[in-house]
Amino acid sequence: MDLNLDAPHSMGTTIIGVTYNGGVVLGADSRTSTGMYVANRASDKITQLTDNVYVCRSGSAADSQVVSDYVRYFLHQHTIQLGQPATVKVSANLIRMLAYNNKNMLQTGLIVGGWDKYEGGKIYGIPLGGTVVEQPFAIEGSGSSYLYGFFDLAWKENMTKEEAEQLVVKAVSLAIARDGASGGVVRTVIINSEGVTRNFYPGDKLQLWHEELEPQNSLLDILNAAGPEPMAM
Amino acid sequence: MTFTIPIDNGDALKNSQRTLYPYVTGTSIVAIKYKDGVLMASDMGGSYGSTLRYKNIERVKAIGKHSLLGASGEISDFQEILRYLDELILNDNMWDDGNSLGPKEVHNYLTRVMYNRRNKFNPLWNTLVLGGVKNGESYLGMVSMIGVSFEDNHVATGFGNHLARPILRDEWHADLSFEDGVKLLEKCMRVLLYRDRSAINKLQIAKITEEGVTVSQPYSLKTFWEFQAFHNPTAGAQGSW
Repeated sequence: MDLNLDAPHSMGTTIIGVTYNGGVVLGADSRTSTGMYVANRASDKITQLTDNVYVCRSGSAADSQVVSDYVRYFLHQHTIQLGQPATVKVSANLIRMLAYNNKNMLQTGLIVGGWDKYEGGKIYGIPLGGTVVEQPFAIEGSGSSYLYGFFDLAWKENMTKEEAEQLVVKAVSLAIARDGASGGVVRTVIINSEGVTRNFYPGDKLQLWHEELEPQNSLLDILNAAGPEPMAM
Repeated sequence: MTFTIPIDNGDALKNSQRTLYPYVTGTSIVAIKYKDGVLMASDMGGSYGSTLRYKNIERVKAIGKHSLLGASGEISDFQEILRYLDELILNDNMWDDGNSLGPKEVHNYLTRVMYNRRNKFNPLWNTLVLGGVKNGESYLGMVSMIGVSFEDNHVATGFGNHLARPILRDEWHADLSFEDGVKLLEKCMRVLLYRDRSAINKLQIAKITEEGVTVSQPYSLKTFWEFQAFHNPTAGAQGSW
């Protein structure tokens, strides 16, 4: 019995999708790397498929872009034919179709999230290989390795929109702290019945973790600030 | 198992593929015939290499009115097989002739699919367990990813081959009651929980009888750790394990 399952190669990125009471929150880091070089430090990995469905992309930038481009194209036509917004499930299934049938060539893990009037907020995880798993929350990308324990602890059903977004931002931030392939800013997209909201959290607005220091302009500021004035009598 | 065949005949142009390794995998399935039909047990785990990544995957599904399909191996391939079977059952129903595909027929169909994929060096990376009851006759069989197919009174896949089979060989007998059958399966699943790294403690037991299919709610098994020998194993020999 062959137990040497080639464990998948690490994928640059941390992406997260979380359902809450009324919709979904998608989150991602913004680092695109070519080997050790950061090709883009402010990428947008949360890509729109339709007005109400977005996808978080991880793994090969090219593969994830081409898959989401095809699916956006299919969904556009589907929406016209259907006469109403596409559902999250259909979007996930189209991604699955491409991911599964091209499993030998593609190297991309995706999280599809959105809101439709039939099922409300839904998150579908689509890892390497093309399995589709509907989940209350999903994490993908190389940075996700560092978040399994965190989510086991911090995840709760029926969070509010604010709690869900805080959780996502915290999680991506923690992953960035430990994963070399993740970095930059934290982007979030909130999707619910009212519409879509994009948020942006630059590195300096995030909480500091273990062994991280408060950013300074220069050493000179520290030196000048230190040293008490001699007492005046 | 390796399917690493370097072929250089312009495959990419001809649009043919070779599946080389699985990504998200399910571990053992254990199933037995009992008095009223068939019982099948599986855990709800989907592993990603050595990570226990997904903990809510249903690996046993009802097929038509008369069959249960359990799968170990690559989950995406299992999902594809379910689609094939969906179409098969749909077409069967469309005939509207009062006949319906039984477990024997479904097993045969799956055997053909698996074997033909194997011949093209592009297997569906699963070991499937097919159980069912039709016209009072119980049926239990399995098909592997290379197309090996057979029936038996009790079957097990993956690690279950090594750990559950001996237990089943020893303790299975004809006409098990439902309670005894469940206890026997739970005995096997507990051993798998102790000894299979990719097992998780969340399982489902499915039952199929003439009346139909029932899949239990997910539940966990208690485990025992209070052997004296476990308390202080290195006392007599420091540095041992």
